[in-house]
Amino acid sequence: MKLLLAFSRKGKTDPGREPVIARVVKETGVLINVEKANIDSMAGEMLIDVPDKDADLVRRRLEEMAVTVRVMENAVVRDEEECVDCGACISVCPQEVFSFDEDWRLRVNSERCVLCGKCIRACPHGALSQQG
Amino acid sequence: MEKSLDLINARIRDGTARVVTAEEMPGIVDELGEEGALAEVDVVTTGTFGAMCSTGAFFNFGHADPPIRMERVWLNDVEAYAGIAAVDAYLGATQEAESKDSLYGGAHVLEELVAGGTVELRATSRGTDCYPRRSITTELLLEDMNQAVMVNPRNAFQRYNAASNATDRTLSTYMGTLLPRCGNVSYSGAGTLSPLANDPGFRVIGSGVPIFLAGGEGMIVGEGTQHSAGGGFGNLMVSGDMKQMRQEFLRAAVMNGYGVTMYVGVGIPIPVLDTGIVRSTAVRDEDILTDIIDFGTPRRDRPSLAKVSYADLKSGSVEIGGETVRTSSLSSYRRARAVATELKDWIERGKMELALPTRRIDPAKRARPMRETAVTPRVRDIMNRQVISITEDEEIRVAAKRLLKDETNHLPVLDGSGALVGIITTYDVSKAVVTDGKLQQVKDIMTRKVIKTTPDEPVDIAARKLEQNNISALPVVDATNRVVGILSAIDLGKLFGGRRRR
Ligand code: SF4
Ligand code: SF4
Repeated sequence: MKLLLAFSRKGKTDPGREPVIARVVKETGVLINVEKANIDSMAGEMLIDVPDKDADLVRRRLEEMAVTVRVMENAVVRDEEECVDCGACISVCPQEVFSFDEDWRLRVNSERCVLCGKCIRACPHGALSQQG
Repeated sequence: MEKSLDLINARIRDGTARVVTAEEMPGIVDELGEEGALAEVDVVTTGTFGAMCSTGAFFNFGHADPPIRMERVWLNDVEAYAGIAAVDAYLGATQEAESKDSLYGGAHVLEELVAGGTVELRATSRGTDCYPRRSITTELLLEDMNQAVMVNPRNAFQRYNAASNATDRTLSTYMGTLLPRCGNVSYSGAGTLSPLANDPGFRVIGSGVPIFLAGGEGMIVGEGTQHSAGGGFGNLMVSGDMKQMRQEFLRAAVMNGYGVTMYVGVGIPIPVLDTGIVRSTAVRDEDILTDIIDFGTPRRDRPSLAKVSYADLKSGSVEIGGETVRTSSLSSYRRARAVATELKDWIERGKMELALPTRRIDPAKRARPMRETAVTPRVRDIMNRQVISITEDEEIRVAAKRLLKDETNHLPVLDGSGALVGIITTYDVSKAVVTDGKLQQVKDIMTRKVIKTTPDEPVDIAARKLEQNNISALPVVDATNRVVGILSAIDLGKLFGGRRRR
């Protein structure tokens, strides 16, 4: 399951300066896969992947450390009405989420999506959006 | 053996014509041979579905009471050209709305109409004795218009260059998003199904020929604007009645960072008259070659990075300089197939008969580039040749003095041999001051990745570099990386200011 973490780096309880991920891994023993991280001086955002059965535990522990946790139910979603199966999204995706099937229909393997947003901007038909 | 068009049409009428799509044809020719395929197949249908910016429609709105001679016309806030009689207008797909927040354009209006939606017509006039009214606003459906005639000046190109990008920033182009350092290749066109690839000699594709246009019956007007079949880039001007069209084959689109365009489905039936046509319709993806062009070069003549076939492009990846690069298409092969299949169905059911061109299209014609009477200004025409520079091992203090004395904000930094190795600005120097003298030399604070220009670069391109990188000056270097001038935003301001005044 993918979790989107957000933390502010202002104020006293600044998880941005704490090794939160390392600490959670150490304490819970759950292996966390960091798929995307974006941290600057004011705030941080991180997308992590954890085994479904451990998601609750990891989530609780992170929240105790003042991290806002959002469960990403869906990765990128495609509106089938709008999509014309052009394939413009295929080569811009760093995660190879998109491909064609034998009938040149777009196949979406959204499990691998890291929500970088590239395909959303590249789709000429506004068929892709981020849901979560 | 030859077959006449009359025979083919007679077979269409009595429902015995053998119609196949251009995708099926190569296999049939392999199996039956050319003579066999000629005897077997009467019509080959082609199809393409992709971005065709050059799309639009003429509308006649009918007369209001009291009547108005429309001088300016907007449909859902998108301006249409109204310089054609009193209640007519031409709406182009790429025209953008004046006040909408998100990108909305003529293409969206065209799609809305075909989908059965209402659009708001707004028009203004100065008023005349015969047409006293000065403004009008009304809501219209497609069926309310007397005519809605799509006329697309250039559609269905024979082939399209594929696009990649050798620079180190992402480009937003009409060929879609191009990742830096040749991170992807974008292509367009249906390959084996593509109409003109199946008749590159324009033997049976010409004026008056009936076609599939966006779900309705249309026809070829003649050669498209910028038709350049001699160079492999022939195209067609096509026309059709919008009232027959379907949204499935007419879709508005937005190319990120570029603008509005329209996806249009075009299909052309090809009568199989002789073995020459058998051969041209047996074309495969492997046989259709195109160049991958570097869109990172902002000039008309862009370098080719590789020559590939549509089979290569459709395989999902190609090689550029020994590296495997992923490809994606902008046009939809799936929907191109739907066009060719539906056209096949029309002909099988006798809904459409074929016709030969009433006028041929020149297969050897080449389009010329624009004749420019005003010489495009080059960097050398406006750059400042008095360059104040500094060497990299000079102390920062010296740089500060030089910046102050010469009232400049930029100092190109040179190495011992006089080649450009960096640049420093007043901002870099003031930053160095706050580090309490830890940094001593120019090379400690200079920016090493210098954005630069050359004397013969067009000024507009240099201006875009300044804008995109949010900087205010560019060192001008010669072929040996020696600084021959500096171009500042102020020099540019003078030029563009001057241009506007004229
Ligand atoms: S770019 Fe958009 S329209 Fe094209 S295949 Fe991908 S999701 Fe569909
Ligand atoms: S958001 Fe990024 S990772 Fe997810 S599908 Fe789109 S391009 Fe791929």
